[in-house]
Amino acid sequence: MAKSQTWLYFSSPKTFYPLAGKLIPWFTALAIVLTVIGLYMGFFVAPTDYKQGDSYRIIFIHVAAAWMSMFIYAVMAGYAVIGLVWNVKLSEMMASSLAPTGAIFTFLALWTGALWGRPTWGAYWVWDARLTSELILLFLYIGYMALQSAIDDPRRASRASALLAIVGVINLPIIYFSVRWWNTLHQGASVSPEMAPKMAADMKTTMMVMVFAFWMYAIAIVLARVRTLILEREKNTAWVVELLEAKQ
Amino acid sequence: MSQWHSIGEFFAMGGYGFYVWGSYLVTFGFIIAEIFLVRKQRRDVRKQIARLARLNDKVDET
Repeated sequence: MAKSQTWLYFSSPKTFYPLAGKLIPWFTALAIVLTVIGLYMGFFVAPTDYKQGDSYRIIFIHVAAAWMSMFIYAVMAGYAVIGLVWNVKLSEMMASSLAPTGAIFTFLALWTGALWGRPTWGAYWVWDARLTSELILLFLYIGYMALQSAIDDPRRASRASALLAIVGVINLPIIYFSVRWWNTLHQGASVSPEMAPKMAADMKTTMMVMVFAFWMYAIAIVLARVRTLILEREKNTAWVVELLEAKQ
Repeated sequence: MSQWHSIGEFFAMGGYGFYVWGSYLVTFGFIIAEIFLVRKQRRDVRKQIARLARLNDKVDET
């Protein structure tokens, strides 16, 4: 097989299906191990915060969920572009598989943020720039999934929802920079590449462990969902019928 | 157990128990629910395809 085709080898549903099957257990194991470590560190290693007491421990899952909600949307939009421009079926299926997990992380970011905000700011919800743009992200995810299920033909549905996903990408920088541009209630970035650390070392390490745990989990769950989507959309192909007959 | 002197103190979470456990339980509740939903979806699709295959076999026979 020509060198240039090797990376294309896994871009067909037929070859990607078994590959994803082999990868899922590894990512699942990593997610479980990292979550256990993260939870242990979060509750037993990270010290009580001198100002916020123990309510700050929500940060470990709040930040992890928030980062994942934005990261998954970016990856989803990326697959949507590939699916739209080059008509790659597998990319369309990956984009569809990412949306539910992204929506869940967005909701969890809002939920954990509200429960952290109540004792710290005194309110579950404030029409703050960061919170509002994250809420818009949740509506974008739901809109994407709704649009996709509203159109019967999977290819047209993917194309239409890809356009929505691409338009929605503008919301990501808004969320990220919202704390600086509008400087409303939500605090600025405590962790960013160019800045000196503003968090205690073990608090930051714990948070990063949870971020990776959620990342591994997201990969495992999305790969599992895409395998089902592949079976569903390729159910008339010979390889799917053979595969299922072999399993019978 | 580093800073928690008793189980009760651990769950009290410095008085923020409701908020901390409210966040953690809902978060891991959603994650576990998502795992079950994905597995259920997979079972349903496989059953549907198996039914389709049987239907096609029957059509071929007639």
